[in-house]
Amino acid sequence: MATDIIIHDKKDNVGVVVIEKITPNQDCSCWIMEDDSSTTIKSEDEIPLGHKIAMVDLNEGDTILKYGHDIGKVVKSIKKGEHVHVHNVKTKKW
Amino acid sequence: MEIPKSFLGYKRENGRAGTRNHVIILPVDDISNACAEAVANNIKGTIALPHSYGRLQFGADLELHFRTMIGTGSNPNVAAVIVIGIEPKWTQKIVDGIAKTGKPVEGFHIERTGDIGTIMKASKKAQEFSQWASEIQREECPISDLWISVKCGESDTTSGLASNPTVGNLMEKLEPLGVHLCFGETSELTGAEEVCATRGITQEVSAKFMKTWNNYNDFILKEATDDLSESQPTAGNIAGGLTTIEEKAFGNFQKIGNLKFIDVLEPAEEPTKGPGLYFMDTSSAAAECVTLQAAGGFNIHLFPTGQGNIIGNPIEPVVKLTANPLTAKSMSEHVDCDVSKLLSREINMSDAGDELIKTTLRVANGRLTCAEALGHREFVMTKLYRSA
Repeated sequence: MATDIIIHDKKDNVGVVVIEKITPNQDCSCWIMEDDSSTTIKSEDEIPLGHKIAMVDLNEGDTILKYGHDIGKVVKSIKKGEHVHVHNVKTKKW
Repeated sequence: MEIPKSFLGYKRENGRAGTRNHVIILPVDDISNACAEAVANNIKGTIALPHSYGRLQFGADLELHFRTMIGTGSNPNVAAVIVIGIEPKWTQKIVDGIAKTGKPVEGFHIERTGDIGTIMKASKKAQEFSQWASEIQREECPISDLWISVKCGESDTTSGLASNPTVGNLMEKLEPLGVHLCFGETSELTGAEEVCATRGITQEVSAKFMKTWNNYNDFILKEATDDLSESQPTAGNIAGGLTTIEEKAFGNFQKIGNLKFIDVLEPAEEPTKGPGLYFMDTSSAAAECVTLQAAGGFNIHLFPTGQGNIIGNPIEPVVKLTANPLTAKSMSEHVDCDVSKLLSREINMSDAGDELIKTTLRVANGRLTCAEALGHREFVMTKLYRSA
């Protein structure tokens, strides 16, 4: 089965879309690079190539983990399967 | 894949080897650009390197100017140099710095002669240099004569997923062969700075890195008028799916693979601790960064891009790779190495690293990069602060 989403690290709570786009209610196959394992997720939004999808429900103030590291904070709650980007996540720097 | 042990390069007087054989016309200052460009127009086989600075600079900023000028002329990709400045003293200082390599270099100053007289004198010498350089042949050089710099640009999430780790894979394979390697981009390690510091080979090197990063961050906190959200990440980064500087930084950091760095270099500083990976304190703007790395003596550059940065450099060939299938398709004339099959998992990271090594060696042997074929010659001096 083709890979729709790649996740860097098992700890990550987001994945990256690697096909042209995913559409709402699409059953997506995910590949976790760190241990070469697989999982699936149903998308809630249309998400383009390179953009992130939430792998779990996230609340305001939660930390986004990618590469197994802190890449910013949630500023608007995000449901599993929704698009994660500048509208709901901000830097902790500056 | 068995990695070739040699490439065909130009052996220089000081024992280094070049991947290119340029004769450059180097203006000391902004007002000498016209003269330098006229000489390069007169004499085929030469290139002028116009830039915007070189007057009234002082202190560390002036030192960086001289280091960049002398380093550019000293780069082994340069066979011979004509230096042209308005005044004799700074012109001679740059000539003397480049002359230490043993390569042909001659300086001309414009005061008391004017542009036309200077162009005539400099053109005669440039013709001599150009014809001399045209007879230098490529010879077999050990792969350890490659000094490879890296910097990414117009990054997106495909950079951190695939094209940057491809560079990391190349580094892991070439470091044991005695290659010099260099990464930079102080500002774009923000968020990953503590993880990056752990890659210093000793505590001293890690501390030197943190001091460099803290200096940068203090400056940002002092000068920033907002949260930098218009600059970092850039609009191109955001379009490509990067949300925060931290995410960009961890993607950036994939370029060094699992290596440790052996020293922290000032901008444009030549490494002196032997083969291995160096961190150079640089801007993250592509042309500024590559100009500084070329001035540090690096002779071939690897540039992963996501959304499609098009940068080149006049003396250091810039090899571009991308893993973004849309960029590989829509901007193919800028892409030297397409690793987009990593995303569809048709190839693995080691395959991609091997492909990049092959491309790098072809370019080292003389194949023009996309940026060279398209005429990209971005030469951008870094200026630290206002002039006196």
